Amino acid sequence: MATAAVRLQRRTVGIRRALAPIAEARGMARTMLWTGVGMTLVFVLLAIFAPLLSPYGFDQYTSGGHRFAQLAHPSHAHLFGTTVQSTDVLSRIVWGAQTELEVVGLALAFGLVVGVPLGLIAGYFGGPFDRGTVLFMDAMFAFPPLLLAIVIAFLLGGSVNSGVLVAAIAITITYIPQYFRVVRNHVISVREEPYVEAARALGAKPFTILRRYVFFNVVQNVPVIATLNAADAVLTLTALGFLGYGVQPTQGAEWGYDVSRAVSDAASGIWWTGLFPGLAIVLLVTGLTLLGEGLNETINPVLRRRSIRQVDFAAPSMDAGAELLEA
Amino acid sequence: MTAVLEVRDLRLWYGTARGSVRAVDRVSLEIDAGSVLGLVGESGCGKSTLGRGILGLLPEGARADGEVLYKGRNLVTMSPRELRRLRGPDLGLIFQEPMTRLNPLLRIEDHFRETIEQHDSKLTPKDVRRRSLDTLGRMGIPPTRFRQYPHEFSGGMRQRIMIALALVLRPSLLVADEPTTSLDVIVEAQILRILADLKENFDTALLLITHNLGIVAEACDRVAVMYAGQIAEEGPARDVFADPKHPYTRELLRSTISLDTKVLHSIPGAPPNLISPPSGCHFHPRCPDVMRVCPAHDPIETQPDPDRRVLCWLHGPEREIPEGGTAPLEREQIAVAEEA
Amino acid sequence: MNQGSSLKRYAITRLALVVPMVFILLTLVFLLMRVAPGNPVSASLGGHAPPAVIKEISHQLGYDKPVYVQYGHYLGQIIRGNFGTTISDRRSVGSIILVNGAATLELTFFAMIVAVFVGMLIGLLSGRYRDSPLDTGGRLFGIVVYATPVFFLGLLAQLIFGVWLGWLPISDQASPITQALLQTHTNIFFLDAIIDGNWSALWDITQHLILPATTLGIVYGGVFIRLIRVNVIRTMKEDYIEAARARGIKERSVVYHHAFRNALVPVITVVGLQLALLLGGAILTETTFNWPGLGHELYIYLQNRDYAAVQGIVVVFALVVVAASIVIDFANAFIDPRVRY
Repeated sequence: MATAAVRLQRRTVGIRRALAPIAEARGMARTMLWTGVGMTLVFVLLAIFAPLLSPYGFDQYTSGGHRFAQLAHPSHAHLFGTTVQSTDVLSRIVWGAQTELEVVGLALAFGLVVGVPLGLIAGYFGGPFDRGTVLFMDAMFAFPPLLLAIVIAFLLGGSVNSGVLVAAIAITITYIPQYFRVVRNHVISVREEPYVEAARALGAKPFTILRRYVFFNVVQNVPVIATLNAADAVLTLTALGFLGYGVQPTQGAEWGYDVSRAVSDAASGIWWTGLFPGLAIVLLVTGLTLLGEGLNETINPVLRRRSIRQVDFAAPSMDAGAELLEA
Repeated sequence: MTAVLEVRDLRLWYGTARGSVRAVDRVSLEIDAGSVLGLVGESGCGKSTLGRGILGLLPEGARADGEVLYKGRNLVTMSPRELRRLRGPDLGLIFQEPMTRLNPLLRIEDHFRETIEQHDSKLTPKDVRRRSLDTLGRMGIPPTRFRQYPHEFSGGMRQRIMIALALVLRPSLLVADEPTTSLDVIVEAQILRILADLKENFDTALLLITHNLGIVAEACDRVAVMYAGQIAEEGPARDVFADPKHPYTRELLRSTISLDTKVLHSIPGAPPNLISPPSGCHFHPRCPDVMRVCPAHDPIETQPDPDRRVLCWLHGPEREIPEGGTAPLEREQIAVAEEA
Repeated sequence: MNQGSSLKRYAITRLALVVPMVFILLTLVFLLMRVAPGNPVSASLGGHAPPAVIKEISHQLGYDKPVYVQYGHYLGQIIRGNFGTTISDRRSVGSIILVNGAATLELTFFAMIVAVFVGMLIGLLSGRYRDSPLDTGGRLFGIVVYATPVFFLGLLAQLIFGVWLGWLPISDQASPITQALLQTHTNIFFLDAIIDGNWSALWDITQHLILPATTLGIVYGGVFIRLIRVNVIRTMKEDYIEAARARGIKERSVVYHHAFRNALVPVITVVGLQLALLLGGAILTETTFNWPGLGHELYIYLQNRDYAAVQGIVVVFALVVVAASIVIDFANAFIDPRVRY
């Protein structure tokens, strides 16, 4: 007589088993994982609650009728100072978080939706489709990723209006080969496993095999790759912004763009216009990387370390004594 | 004949999150020079740990207690540096899987040169080469292949190279941890012949660890049967096989398949959990001759014959068995899925 | 001998595989550029040129011919080593590569040295002393440093070492005087100064190199740290390591001669793969430090919407990466005897 609780338990066995290592994580891996989660969460909250948290708008340079000071030092009124355009640095950081996460989220979603199925199909079925796709992806790998992103952003910038979309697409295209390759390699190794062979021998249709066995096995790898890619994506996005591509200044705040404006300030010794956006980038990417590495260490068995407890030779022996004999 | 190796009351435990794994739980044995002691048991009984532990080659988290006397010196309390110096010229280890035991980036020549020079740096390169080729030659590896890489050799040849590497410094004690398990039968015969040869020509004391009773019968002078971290029985190989004293040994022999086998025999149940082994005699849940005293008290080692030892209540000592202890134990059918 | 012939066979096979790849690359770039909206000629002329002029130049450059003809023309040119001519200032891309490419080469080379050095040093120690404070520090350093955008680190470096401390120059490849006096041999300033024996010029050039190369190198060194560390950990678990210990090899020898050496083998491959990343980073570094390299030129031509120039430079970048990966594969085959097929 299975109760609802037991049925739920049975249904979630797969997920719980996959997540189990996270609970067992010890030492370094655990610290990294949760620190990463914390840091990333801060920015996620900033992004979601930007309208509430930010003192001013991202391109706001007046308030109550009078214009903000230009290049003002950090002060009570402007905690991180102001830029040459009299915008508030702190506000731009907060709104910038929204921009970053928006673009990266989109890019990840696109990349997964395109790259993972491609990898699954190419890896499982092989043949000319596989060979052609691999050749194509390898060719794309030959491009420096940033270069590719720049060119694509450049080409799309004219026709697509939303800078966020432009940047997202540029980043997606740059990372698809990576998703593809990882998924494909994993599928190939899983494909040869005895249990998959057995399923085939029992007459299972390819799609069923893909869905039941291959997909879940492969999907385990994806969170780690996605998180680490998210970190790279942020760097790519800010690089695009630095060079003036992707999100345009009129469409939103972007940290990389802010740093590029700050380069000319540096000669005059003005540091706050560049330092804070730069730090924001470092912290967000570090958070994402810690999260990804933490996940990697907990899930990946090669790097995993089982905890060791001290041996105590003086522990009581197993001699049950005379009690058993009485029975 | 003096004993090259004397193990006294050795305990080798691993620390894990769920408790200490008692891989070796008070083991004593002796090996004389030129003698071969076979160590048999099922997978997971602790024989590999024993073999490695004797040489001090355990992973982190393992602790040793007791004595391992090599020519009178206790290896358990020795400093790591002294122990390292003994490895090679005095102590040798042959591993189970030869395929991965050689550095793929180094030639065979480099492996030998390093081993010899680390222990005897005064030899000239020509001497080093000569000794290496000499030992390799005895293993059937021609000098022309001295400068080749490991991946150019088959599994059997790699094992022979490993044996040569272990022997090149003429150790007095050699531990062979399932040296032929991953090799085919023909190669196995070659390797065994080599090991027998050791006894003849080098007077090496050999501890041969295996789960294959046939090998023991063929190549060993004495045999020790291991179960759940303890020595169940020990004695001259021929005698133990002809007249096994311990029920486990008896069942093991009955399970061996030969051309006469008509019905497959197996021992019910599974090897015990070494973190919390069964109380009293560890074998009692699976023993066909179990008595009431068996789960209650740890068995005491006795010598049913002058040259044999056994750890079983069936062989006494009588005076230690409480009233009514020798009555057979009633129990329900053993659950087949007894977890390990 | 055995080694020589198998290496040769490997070389031929590897080169043969490259041809289809390069072909696809060139096609990709061609298509990308044709996807661009608008007329490439009018865009690069600033959009203000009279239609007649646009038509004339389009005809001259062959943009009015059907696509497949342009494609054939394009491939033909590249095989002959002609990467085209820029539209905005009529320079041959080839000459741009020679002059500016050399500057990028100089920057990337020294940056790579810094990256490998930093990566090896910290990565090896981190992996060897796993989970110790040294390891934690090393890993954290690697992560934070990689999280730092190269342009931000450059900005900080300029602020600290250029503006506040005044120790080092913050832009250009060399001071104007040095540039005027330096004889051109290879276009790589560093080498040219050595060839000339001009030590004061060399010193000036080195000073200009330090900030950009170190900035770029440190950021990408962060990636090496992670990779080398993982390799060291993995290698230390290998069976042959245990076997070496069982033969009584000193721990220090085990670590240096077996573990580190084997752990570094894949690093060669990684260096090759990193080259693509490094070139991308070079674009950013050159823009930050006003370094006259290919990346900087690309940036300017992009601003000017000069498609021909962009096409030419992108092709060069991609071909360089492909060439580097071939070299890396050879080095790998040379070092690891198992690789040669």
